[in-house]
Amino acid sequence: MTQAVETLGAVAAEDLDAPVIQARSTRELFWRRFKDDRLALGALIYLGLLVLLAILAPVLVDLLGVPPPNERDIESLDAFGLPTGPSPDHWLGVDQLGRDVLSRILYGARISLLVAFSATAIASLIGVIAGLLSGYFRGWTDTIISRGVDVLLAIPYLLLATGLAAACSFGNGCLGGLLKPGLAVVIFVIAVTSWTYLARIVRGQTLSLREKEFVDAARSVGASNRRIIFREMLPNLTAPIIVYSTILIPSVILYEAALSFLGVGIQPPAASWGQMISDATDIFDAAWWYLLFPGLALVSTVLAFNLVGDALQDALQPKARRNRSWLPGQSKKDEIEKEESQ
Amino acid sequence: MLEYILRRVLWGVAMLFLVSGVIFVIFYLLPSADPATLRAGRQASPDQIERIRESLGLDRPVFIQYVDYMKQIFFHFDFGYSYQYETSVSSLIFDRLGPTASLTFGAAILWLLMGIPIGIISAVRARSLLDRSTMVISLALISAPVFWLGLISLYLFADDIGLIPILPGAGSYEPLSAGPIAWAGPLILPWTVLAAASAAVYARYLRSDMIDVMGEDYIRTARAKGLPERKVVMKHGVRSAITPVITLLGLDIGVLLAGNAILTESVFNIPGVGRLVLDAIDKADLPLIQGVTLFGAFFIVIFNLVVDIAYAYLDPRVRYDDL
Repeated sequence: MTQAVETLGAVAAEDLDAPVIQARSTRELFWRRFKDDRLALGALIYLGLLVLLAILAPVLVDLLGVPPPNERDIESLDAFGLPTGPSPDHWLGVDQLGRDVLSRILYGARISLLVAFSATAIASLIGVIAGLLSGYFRGWTDTIISRGVDVLLAIPYLLLATGLAAACSFGNGCLGGLLKPGLAVVIFVIAVTSWTYLARIVRGQTLSLREKEFVDAARSVGASNRRIIFREMLPNLTAPIIVYSTILIPSVILYEAALSFLGVGIQPPAASWGQMISDATDIFDAAWWYLLFPGLALVSTVLAFNLVGDALQDALQPKARRNRSWLPGQSKKDEIEKEESQ
Repeated sequence: MLEYILRRVLWGVAMLFLVSGVIFVIFYLLPSADPATLRAGRQASPDQIERIRESLGLDRPVFIQYVDYMKQIFFHFDFGYSYQYETSVSSLIFDRLGPTASLTFGAAILWLLMGIPIGIISAVRARSLLDRSTMVISLALISAPVFWLGLISLYLFADDIGLIPILPGAGSYEPLSAGPIAWAGPLILPWTVLAAASAAVYARYLRSDMIDVMGEDYIRTARAKGLPERKVVMKHGVRSAITPVITLLGLDIGVLLAGNAILTESVFNIPGVGRLVLDAIDKADLPLIQGVTLFGAFFIVIFNLVVDIAYAYLDPRVRYDDL
């Protein structure tokens, strides 16, 4: 972090014994606001631990003496072949195949976080570029991109994802074998259907940013469009991009869980929280632990991301509390209200 | 206003065209498996497969197939033919629309009844203990996957397996024709579960918009002229803050009718449109999935249109949109 604390008029202050005025960098201001939100700070710590747990899952499983996620412990099933609950051997119980629930939850965290970060990153990349282009060039570029977004938003994404996953499960995958069912399809489907939200927001911000003086200044010295978009405007959009990408993460995690629950997401034997809940559907009346623990892992992770996203928004963009420009009809209303208030 | 409606309707029709095209392309390009082979079943001779290919028109150029497909949709309202049920997709969808509509509209009423009052009260008592706790609870509800909430609710309350067996559980759906009580009973749990997250979203939206609106000058004016606070909140505050909620409502209902209730229908075993798709996955009944996806897109476009028009009616400034 850059320590840009400048003491303005420090010499004069010594003479006059007056209070020292300090200028604070944007990052400091942000951190001051963020750290006051205790709940969000707790959530951030939780997420940090979760990332660590996910990365260290194989080591951790060894260290705790927990069986690996796909090892079947036949002895942990009772006389009727039903799984047994929490015990010293299996802290969170086992599933119907005798696999350790704790171990599968730890490995499930890897999948959830991997999908969350990579799908969000791809969706953000597409969304930011599409939003920048349509907001900057306006005209027919904007028409094509914005109407394309409208069309994509009109497709029921959960059904489309189901169809894609079903289509890719036969023969040798999709696009001549390029996309195989499982992780790649999940990330692809989520990214393709999630970028629209960010595109709408970035477009709205770009539309107002392009009228600013510094853009005129850059143009007057002969900067190319590419330079203006990526060197002049993009850095000014860092805060909203961080905020709205973070807000996207929880819905991506829920999306992956939903696909895996429907059986078209992460394919067994890989462990995923949504798929564990799906497996639990048939036996949860006899094995509550198999429903409860993966669900709690999912809810707490999504909640933590939501809390951090909310706090980021409050800290980075205190004025933009209600940006509704991703809702159809709302962007127009926002523009009108902005004009009226000026 | 009439001109605005006309423009929106025209754009809606254009959207339907574009969406149909996109869905056709996706389902045509992506699968590597040969549809005729899938259709023919396991023990088909090459001769039979060839005949099926011909009868489905799969031997013709893609472009002709596309034109045929579009013709069938727009002139005959034909969304394709299911391998698995050997009947038209549209008739299957109409059979399943009742349960999905029952689920969607019941849940929508419930989430409005919960979300709107909570949003208003939280805004009026902003930063109070009540406000802060309801906002954290609502965030937790938004964070919980609907299928997990559904299974937990079954574990707690279902009359066959629940700890407190007071409500009908999964697979007990009855159509409305069986009588309103027989119909509503099994839907109480699905409605509540489906409504929970939306109620929380609506409450949070309404709250933050209300807080903004209540700081406006005209609210001060309304108070200054001596209006009772209740009237200031309800007539001046809510009326202005409610428009995003209306937009959301239209989108949510469209999306749910379009098959996004698949998760709830799967957990509670409700024979709706989503369930139809779920059953089609194992059978690789791609025309059925494609048909339902397209049909769902139609719902979304129509509800978007309804929202646009309702919006223009509520906020006349929006009518002077360029498109």
